[in-house]
Amino acid sequence: MTVAPKHEDYDVVVIGAGPAGLAAAAISAEAGLSTLLLDENIGPGGQVFRAIASTPVTERSQLGADYWVGADLVQSLRASNAEVIQRATVWSLDRNLDIAISVGGASAFVKAKRVILATGALERPFPIPGWTLPGVMTAGAAQTMLKSSALVPDGRTVIAGQGPLLWLLAAQILRLGGRIDRILDTTERGNYFAALPHAFAFLTSPYFAKGLSMMREVKAKVQVVSGVTELSASGDGQLANVSYVAGGKRETLPADLLLLHQGVVPNVNLAMAAGVEHRWDELQLCWSPVLDANGSSSVAGIAIAGDGAGIGGANAAVVRGRIAARAAVEALAPAAAAKLPAMATLRADLAKAQRGRIFLDTLFRPAPQFRIPSGDTIVCRCEEVTAKDVLDSVAIGATGPNQLKAYRRTGMGPCQGRLCGLTVTELMAQARGKSPQEIGYYRLRAPVKPITLAELAAVPKSEDDVKAVVRG
Amino acid sequence: MTENVDAIVVGGGIHGCSTTLHLCLAGLKPVLIEKDYAGRHASGVNAGGVRQLARHVPEIPLSIRSMGIWEKIADLLDDDCSFESHGQVLVAENEDELAVCRARVAELNALGFTHEELIDATELRRLVPAVADSCPGGVVSRRDGAANPAQTTTAFRRKAEQLGATVREGVAASNIRYSDGLWYVDVGSDTYAAPVLVNAAGAWAGTIAAALGEPVPVETVAPMLMITSRVPHFIDPVVILRGRKLSFKQFKNGTVLIGGGHLATPYQDRNETVLDWKSLAISARTVFELFPVMRSATIVRAWAGIEAKMKDDIPVFGPSSRHKGLYHQFGFSLHGFQLGPGAGAVMAELIVNGGTQTRIGDLGIDRFHPSTL
Repeated sequence: MTVAPKHEDYDVVVIGAGPAGLAAAAISAEAGLSTLLLDENIGPGGQVFRAIASTPVTERSQLGADYWVGADLVQSLRASNAEVIQRATVWSLDRNLDIAISVGGASAFVKAKRVILATGALERPFPIPGWTLPGVMTAGAAQTMLKSSALVPDGRTVIAGQGPLLWLLAAQILRLGGRIDRILDTTERGNYFAALPHAFAFLTSPYFAKGLSMMREVKAKVQVVSGVTELSASGDGQLANVSYVAGGKRETLPADLLLLHQGVVPNVNLAMAAGVEHRWDELQLCWSPVLDANGSSSVAGIAIAGDGAGIGGANAAVVRGRIAARAAVEALAPAAAAKLPAMATLRADLAKAQRGRIFLDTLFRPAPQFRIPSGDTIVCRCEEVTAKDVLDSVAIGATGPNQLKAYRRTGMGPCQGRLCGLTVTELMAQARGKSPQEIGYYRLRAPVKPITLAELAAVPKSEDDVKAVVRG
Repeated sequence: MTENVDAIVVGGGIHGCSTTLHLCLAGLKPVLIEKDYAGRHASGVNAGGVRQLARHVPEIPLSIRSMGIWEKIADLLDDDCSFESHGQVLVAENEDELAVCRARVAELNALGFTHEELIDATELRRLVPAVADSCPGGVVSRRDGAANPAQTTTAFRRKAEQLGATVREGVAASNIRYSDGLWYVDVGSDTYAAPVLVNAAGAWAGTIAAALGEPVPVETVAPMLMITSRVPHFIDPVVILRGRKLSFKQFKNGTVLIGGGHLATPYQDRNETVLDWKSLAISARTVFELFPVMRSATIVRAWAGIEAKMKDDIPVFGPSSRHKGLYHQFGFSLHGFQLGPGAGAVMAELIVNGGTQTRIGDLGIDRFHPSTL
């Protein structure tokens, strides 16, 4: 059942019920603040703990112990007084902390004293030739099907890319009896050397042992090709072949399904539309919000926690959610903050959770040829704009992503740049010999997710309108 | 270092860009100074209406002059600006509104203007088949249409640069001063000097005018627009309403632009606007009632551009009333886009020839400050 918010005003509104949002909402509500948690999915958990309250997968080892940590977070949230609305799409947030929400086809507006954005991450675009063919999908989409419906691939399946989530997904598919024919590892060889100085922190982090055993588990069952330097998908209206080059040798194999993944990046759309300042992160190769130690952004009252604050993984997300919530409690109900874990403790937890992150970021920094396409490769799927189209527009005067909209409508389709934004920034930066920071990003605007005209038309009139009519 | 040029144009909107281009065509060497980039604000993000329809009488001659340029825009700019001419239709929703339309067309005819034409319910239905059955008629201006505003402003800028204009983007004009017959303007560490200064700075122009001793009643506003997902083609002309705030236009790709002048809150110093969704909901309701075909379309994006609105709703256009060599071109009050091409041509005539055949006398800044020149 979907319900509208019970109130028009809240102390704290948390957006997103993944690790960070669950932790933040629980702390805020436990401290006595009126707290609303809004989440777009049918149940809590976000992507990491997707379907945590409803998954049909009952054998715990198949999804791994880390997954089930989510159940504890959900339990603490449910024990608190936080109001939780699932299937709620926040389609607007502005610097006055006015929030527009679509629930069950109707829109409602609430106002918050503090907003904690926990909108998580998106998969980085992987614009290779043929990536828009039916039969090519992201690893994340495959994982969503696996967690919510226990669906795994059974046709000829190739997984290509890099990063911890790629190995996790491969392990989960295999444990559930799914088929993987080959894994094409695109990690650049040079990255191993670049990452070496950071290896000690990683070796002593919890990621190390888990990561290693997962890779062993997968490699025992699937042929893994490392050092892949070129990749393309082809087929006539449907994926038929995956072609790649490794060690200077080209190979082509038939496939029904190609799963692509080269890491995740912060989901910035709502924060950017609210006017939060972002900077280009040269290591993670994405836009990250400018935040202070409490997660507070450049917009007064808006804090960001979890992967939306810069990729840090689920453990760090939980702690960052707690830190942002504690900061809100300190501001709105200082007396109640005394009962919460001390900020110093939380910061120590965060440092621990972030151990090894630089190693991972350095090792799995995607190679330029998989981020910056050329020629006829599609950049913007919504408007079918190719890399060549973008370069042609640069040649006649488009200087950044916003000017490019006028020439090519890139980023103006329903995805609002989620699938092309980073590619466009990096492609234009390369073409113009500038840094991505100088080139900038699309100016994002509400609604950050489309709403129907009928829904907007049905928005209740404001009190002023009603009064004007009554006075007649 | 000080560089001498023939004219300094402040503001890279369609007006500043058009004036710069027309100065080049007249053989001058102008510099255009834009603090962001050309078309960053209202000129790049407006509804793109190319409209003579329903204009204030004092600006009709300028609008007609401009229309002539729009119809050959590709010849001028080597870019079609996505200009399309399917007319603009003003819809009367009831008999009272139709009576107002009738009086307006009669008034224009008496003044010698024939571009607005009264239409009955049958002609309205022929032009706009999807409109609600209850509408009894309206007014059409058949040569009107629409263009892509960012593409157009950018095309003016590009052509001006090709013809020799210097374009400085990303740094604001500052320290504007007059000395010994020349205007001086700083751009970062550079200084430009010219006998002519054109103030075409849009929402920022009022401040420049005031600093030069010519304050005018102007405010900064941000009219909101929203665009829908693609819907099957159902309408050609641009539609505006007589009684309610709505303008409506379907593009070739099927998307529909909904505007009409509901305002966002501008934060001018930050180049930002905050949208007012309760007002946009009013626009959505109007569309919902008038165009049932639109009900299931989705709103993909909404935005607002920052611009200047005069208290009397007509622009400030022409020479300064106080300073030699200073010209104003701002305050277009939510309807300046169509005027851009013509206003640039006329401004160049004023600067180069000292006069123009186009009647613009009622638009001068001397309506606020009797001339001291």
